[in-house]
Amino acid sequence: MSKVTLATTWLDGCSGCHMSLLDIDERLIDIADKIDVVYSPLVDMKEYPEQVDVAIVEGAVSSEEDLHKIRMIRSRTKILVALGDCAVAGNIPTMRNKFSREELLDVAYIKSATENPQHPSEVIPALLPKAVPLHEVVDIDVFVQGCPPSADTIFHTIAELLAGRIPADLTEHTRPGA
Amino acid sequence: MAVVRSRIKTLKIDGQDVGAHEDETILEVARENGIMIPTLCQLDGLSLVGACRLCLVEVVGWRNLVPACTTYVEEGMEVITNSERLQKYRRMIIELLFAEGNHVCAVCVSNGNCELQWKAQKLGMDHVRFTNQNPDRRVDMTHEHFVVDANRCILCTRCVRVCDEIEGAHTWDIFGRGENSTIISDFNLPWGESPTCSSCGKCVNVCPTGALVEKGKAAGEMIKRTEFLAYLTKMREVKK
Ligand code: SF4
Ligand code: SF4
Ligand code: SF4
Ligand code: FES
Repeated sequence: MSKVTLATTWLDGCSGCHMSLLDIDERLIDIADKIDVVYSPLVDMKEYPEQVDVAIVEGAVSSEEDLHKIRMIRSRTKILVALGDCAVAGNIPTMRNKFSREELLDVAYIKSATENPQHPSEVIPALLPKAVPLHEVVDIDVFVQGCPPSADTIFHTIAELLAGRIPADLTEHTRPGA
Repeated sequence: MAVVRSRIKTLKIDGQDVGAHEDETILEVARENGIMIPTLCQLDGLSLVGACRLCLVEVVGWRNLVPACTTYVEEGMEVITNSERLQKYRRMIIELLFAEGNHVCAVCVSNGNCELQWKAQKLGMDHVRFTNQNPDRRVDMTHEHFVVDANRCILCTRCVRVCDEIEGAHTWDIFGRGENSTIISDFNLPWGESPTCSSCGKCVNVCPTGALVEKGKAAGEMIKRTEFLAYLTKMREVKK
């Protein structure tokens, strides 16, 4: 049987969910020979492959780049997993939603700037008007709540997927804020 | 102590034959018989308002769903407490409560000790299908001991009722309509300037969420204690 191809990435997240993924510890070895990590901050691969079996995505959709990326990932991926509260519900990144983009940029780049105060015009991707959860812009197959979800929850999710099952309801394992 | 009780009614809850006093609600009778109906706004010792609709049940032959906490038993009634339809609506209600406010559990003082969170988990809410409304709501830290963060308020009115009915201060009320509804202290004064609040902390303890909390708590540190309510209610009954 060929290996399951797995991609992981973060959008507007803190990388905490990926830390929790690594916290699976030695059980990673058990699943390592069943998966092929084809794209991830944990491996050196610049381009997202054309065809991926499972993608695990951390973080909310906050910028034009996030939006572009999640749409691209969706179109090339069979099973898309929203990992953690930011991906599932928006969570911390959405705390800026009651402010306008101009107000936010003013605070970050003008009011708190020590020199050369100005809004960024290049390199930094433009903010969307609001940070939104992944399912607001693409279809999601599996929702894994938690900030971050525990290593056990993540392991269970991956084990289920490797067994060919979509874990339908993970609320026995986790909840918002878990 | 001789207790004069009303007439007995017989009914069915989830196919089980049960007996009840006519002044009992479906919720009370269900609980007496070990049938658990989810609730949020209802709290033993406070008046009934039917605000959250989480306890909705079906009654065979009735067109509308009814809240179990405010509906009194009737002879021959057949109640269904856990159909697929009810599960669907209950999950929807919880999701709407999340979408309507600003619930960022990870940074909430009530994280892990929140009735809304527990209900969400119990009712299988793996995500919220409704768009976050991200309302701009008030955080008031003017009170010496407590904080009100309306972003996490689900308008259950437990605080309003406990302050009015048990403490006798009536500091809280609901102000505004629809999505603009919010809790206010007195005539919309900062809580710290309230001429009625006795700083008893009852509202804080009955609040099911992180909307009313003690000052100086970090994320996950706020634990509510509602035992006082059963105690006070009991003592008052004895006095009568
Ligand atoms: S009140 Fe409850 S549901 Fe809302 S943010 Fe706090 S812990 Fe989460
Ligand atoms: S502290 Fe006591 S008196 Fe003050 S608002 Fe809360 S319940 Fe009312
Ligand atoms: S502050 Fe708490 S107790 Fe009062 S209405 Fe809001 S959620 Fe209910
Ligand atoms: S518990 Fe019955 S309506 Fe809230």
